[in-house]
Amino acid sequence: MSKENPNREKARAIRARQRVIGRELRRIFDAVAQEPVPDEFLDLLRKMDAQGEPGKKSS
Amino acid sequence: MTAPHAAPSTHMPSSAEPDDFKTELLGLVPFLRAFARSLCGSHEGADDLAQEALVKAWQSRDSFVPGTNLKAWLFTILRNQFYSDRRRAWRQAPWDQEAAERIPGGGQDQGWSAELSDTARALRALTDEQREALILVGAGGFSYEDAAEICNCAVGTVKSRVARARKALIAILDGDEALPQSDRPPEGEAAREIMAQLDRLAPPDGPDAARKRRKGTDE
Repeated sequence: MSKENPNREKARAIRARQRVIGRELRRIFDAVAQEPVPDEFLDLLRKMDAQGEPGKKSS
Repeated sequence: MTAPHAAPSTHMPSSAEPDDFKTELLGLVPFLRAFARSLCGSHEGADDLAQEALVKAWQSRDSFVPGTNLKAWLFTILRNQFYSDRRRAWRQAPWDQEAAERIPGGGQDQGWSAELSDTARALRALTDEQREALILVGAGGFSYEDAAEICNCAVGTVKSRVARARKALIAILDGDEALPQSDRPPEGEAAREIMAQLDRLAPPDGPDAARKRRKGTDE
């Protein structure tokens, strides 16, 4: 197997791209996950707290 | 304007006590929102969906088996909710969806990131199945097994969806396929940035090679 094997080159290039894309995907996902949790969610959880029992959706 | 933080400083025992359960739910809300955003493709609707899922999770908390993967369980609920909401929406207003998709820009398509990268946009071109599989495995940190459970399909199916999704993304980013929203001006900055990244990491072999590669491997 020589290093110039074009298939290997291609495979390596593809893998490299996939890594970049993977990083980008995580970046996009994490960007949302790092947003502060909106108040509505906390209200919702607080309502669950108050009732202790499953409640209806509030809005 | 309470400045909420995802995980309050509390230990996280995985007992079935309601309080602990709720604490764990709270800690997972950020990920739930991210997954919802990826499914919906927009801010709008995504938080509603995530809230619905949260309520449903709370209502079904008895069916959660302590010690198993709560995040996967929660994502499963969200995903089911997403598809059942969408089916209902389609039944009720068959044309609305299409009309909504034709609306150019309008904030609607701001994807799930304010600075919408080409990758984020290219994701929209994948099938729902490919996208969710890729997100779960590629961004959500789930194993193929967990992703299979969430998507209610075989592990092999998830693997092939992820593989196809990756291949499709590369093809799209290489310019082999038109990005959705092609009527919008290209996001120059983001596009340049990611292309530069790609070129740095992958020696440029040009669009021709990309096309050939694709022809050779993808029929």
